[in-house]
Amino acid sequence: MTDPVFGPAPAQDTDPELVQLLTPEGERVHHPTFDLDFSADQVRAFYRDMVLVRRLDIEATALQRHGELGLWAQLLGQEAAQIGAGRALRPQDFVFPTYREHGVAWCRGVDPVRLLALFRGVDQGSWDPAEHNFGLYTIVIGAQTLHATGYAMGVQRDGAVGTGDPDRDTAVVAHFGDGASSQGDVNEAFVFAASYNAPVVFFCQNNQWAISEPFERQSRIPLYRRAQGFGFPGVRVDGNDVLATYAVTRAALQRARDGQGPTLIEAYTYRMGAHTTTDDPTRYRLTDDVERWKLKDPIARVEAYLRRNGLADDGFVEQVAADADELGERMRRECHALPDPSLHDVFDAVHAEQTAELAAQQASYDAHVASFEEVTA
Amino acid sequence: MSITTMSLAKALNAGLRRSMEDDEKVVVMGEDVGTLGGVFRITDGLKKDFGDDRVIDTPLAESGIVGTAVGLAMRGYRPVVEIQFDGFVYPAYDQIVCQVAKLHFRSQGRIRIPMVIRIPFGGGIGAVEHHSESPEAQFVHTPGLKVVACSNPADAYAMIQQAIRSDDPVVFLEPKRLYHSTKADVDTDADPAPLWQSRVVRPGSDATLVAYGPTVSTCLDAAPVAAEEGRSLEVIDLRTLSPLDLVPVIESVRRTGRLVVVHEAHLTLGLGAEIAARVTEECFHALEAPVLRVGGYDTPYPPARIEEAWLPDLDRVLDAVDRTFGF
Ligand SMILES: Cc1ncc(C[n+]2csc(CCOP(=O)(O)OP(=O)(O)O)c2C)c(N)n1
Ligand SMILES: [Mg+2]
Repeated sequence: MTDPVFGPAPAQDTDPELVQLLTPEGERVHHPTFDLDFSADQVRAFYRDMVLVRRLDIEATALQRHGELGLWAQLLGQEAAQIGAGRALRPQDFVFPTYREHGVAWCRGVDPVRLLALFRGVDQGSWDPAEHNFGLYTIVIGAQTLHATGYAMGVQRDGAVGTGDPDRDTAVVAHFGDGASSQGDVNEAFVFAASYNAPVVFFCQNNQWAISEPFERQSRIPLYRRAQGFGFPGVRVDGNDVLATYAVTRAALQRARDGQGPTLIEAYTYRMGAHTTTDDPTRYRLTDDVERWKLKDPIARVEAYLRRNGLADDGFVEQVAADADELGERMRRECHALPDPSLHDVFDAVHAEQTAELAAQQASYDAHVASFEEVTA
Repeated sequence: MSITTMSLAKALNAGLRRSMEDDEKVVVMGEDVGTLGGVFRITDGLKKDFGDDRVIDTPLAESGIVGTAVGLAMRGYRPVVEIQFDGFVYPAYDQIVCQVAKLHFRSQGRIRIPMVIRIPFGGGIGAVEHHSESPEAQFVHTPGLKVVACSNPADAYAMIQQAIRSDDPVVFLEPKRLYHSTKADVDTDADPAPLWQSRVVRPGSDATLVAYGPTVSTCLDAAPVAAEEGRSLEVIDLRTLSPLDLVPVIESVRRTGRLVVVHEAHLTLGLGAEIAARVTEECFHALEAPVLRVGGYDTPYPPARIEEAWLPDLDRVLDAVDRTFGF
C-alpha cells in the first residue's frame, strides 16, 4: 500500500530474494554473486557433517526421553544452516552461539558429550572457548550478539583486520534466532557494529518460530532488510541449502576480515522439531507446515545431488551411516559415564580470587555434608 | 461456598480469568501467553475466551513488554505481564526499577501504574541456567514496588486478583516448582485475607520459622519432624515481601524466643537479613538465640544435578532449628 505522504510501506514477507545454489530436488543452480565451485570431496564432507550432526541431535533427544538429560534443544532441520556457517570459518575466527548451535559446535571441534553435559545439568559449558574459538552457549536471548560485537572491536584494535594475511585477519560470528531479533541487545549490537564497522557477521537462523510465536510477531519485513536501516548489508539465504549457506557466510566473513564491516545473514530455515524437549508444538502449529518443509530437507537434497552426479555410491552413504551409529553409541556410553559435579567445587568457580566469606560458606557446607557422613558411618 | 480442587497453576489461571471477567481493562501480555497458554500454561485458554486484544503475545523483548505495559497503564489498562522465567526479568530491570517503580512518585500521584509483573521463581525443577533464580530482594530493595509471593492454590487464586486490583505496581512471584505438584481445595467464593498480611500457617510454641513461596512447604514438612523430637515449630508464610508484614512474626518470636528465616534466594542481603534486623530491634529481650537464616549459598545457582544440595531442604532447616536451641 502506498501512503500519499510517506510513500510505499516496505513489502511484507512475500517472496524475497533467496540465495540458493542447490534446489530441494538436488539440482545445482547458479547465482550471480555467490556462486562457488565445490569439489566432490567438499560436498561429500558437507553431507557427512550433516548426517552426523542430525544423529547427534536425535541421540540427545532420545537421551532426554530416557531421563538422562534434563532438556535438549533440537537442531533438526537446521543442519545445513549450521554446517554451512561452521565450515566457512577459518581457525582464527570466533563464534558466539545461542543454545542450539550444535552443528557449529561440531565444526569447531567441541565434543558432543560436552553439549550433553550442559543439558544433563552437570555444568553450564565445559569447553574452553579459547581452545575452540567457540564461546559458551548463551541462553539469555540475544545477549551474545553484543559480546560478539565487542570481541570484534577487540580484533580491530589488535590490527587483525584488513592486513591481507589470510591467517591473521579475523572475523567474528554472532548467532541468534528470529525471536532474538526483537531484543534490545540485538538491535544495540547492530548499532555498535555499524558505528565501528566491526568485523562481525550476524547470522540469524530464521526457523520461523520463537517457541510458539510465528516469525510475523517479530517482524513485518524480511529480517535481512533490517540491516539496511542500521547501515550495513543484509542477505537472505536458503538455510536448508548447505552450499548456499557456506558460500554466503564465506563471503560475509571475508568482508569482515577485509575491514569492510558487518553483514547480516538471514538463513531461512525451519525448526522441524519442538522448541525443546519440554515443548508441544501441536498446540500452536499445523502439521501441514511441517510436511511442506520436509520436502526441503537439507540432507536429502545433497544426497540426491551426489547420487545423480555419480559423486557418491551406496558404499559412501552406508559408511556415513555407520559413522553416525558409532557416534550415537559413543554419546550414549559417555553420557551415562558423566560424573556428577560437586557443590564443594561450585564455591571455587565464582571468582578469580576466592573471598574469605565464600570460603567460609564452603567450609560450612562441607561440615554440613560431613555431619551426615558421621551419622551413616 | 464453591469449592474446587486445583493445582497452583490452575488456581492462577482461574484467578486471572476472574479478573478479566470482572474488569475489561485487564490485559495479559508476554511471550507465548496466547495460543500456547504460556510455557507453564498459566494463561491457558484465556486467548480463546478473551481474544488477542486482551491476551497479547508479544515480540521477544522483556524491556519492550514492561515498557509498553507502562504506556497501556497510562492509557487506563491494567496490564498483567508474564515474565517467562525469573532469569529473564533482567532485560526489563531498567523499566521496572526506573519507570514502573517511580512514575507515581515522579508525577506526585498523577500517574498510576496498576501493573502486575508475574514471575515464576525459584528452583528445583532440573532446569538449565537462568531458570531457577530468586530475584525478589532486588525488587524489595526498590521503593515504589510492591512484592508478593504465593505458596498455595487458595492464596494464588485470591492474591492474583488482589494484586490486579491494586493501583500500585506489584511484582507477583509464583513458586514454579509447586505449579503442578500441589493440589488443594479453593473456595472461589471465600472472602480472602488482605493481600498485605502475612499469616501463621502452623501454630507452634518453641521456635518460629518464617518462609514464603516454595520454602513454605519445606518448613511445613520440617514441623512434624521436629515435633517427633519434642519441638513445636510455628510456621509463618510471609505472603507479602514489600510491604513486609512482620506483625505475626514479632508476636510469634516474643512467645518462642527463636527465629529461623528460610528462603531460596542468596543469603547475603536476602529477605532474611532485613527480617533479622527488624526482629532483633523489636524482640531483643525475648530472643533466646540470634536470628538464623537458611538460604541459597552466595554462588550463582548451580547446575541442575546438584541443585538439591544447594537449595534449603529439610535437613538444613532442621539443622538451623537445632542450632537455635544450642545458644
Ligand atoms: C531474555 C530471554 N527471554 C526469554 C527466554 C525464553 N526463551 C528461550 S528460547 C525462546 C525463543 C527464542 O526464539 P528464537 O530467537 O527464534 O530462537 P530459536 O529458539 O527458534 O532457535 C524464548 C522466548 C530467554 N531464554 N531469554
Ligand atoms: Mg526461531
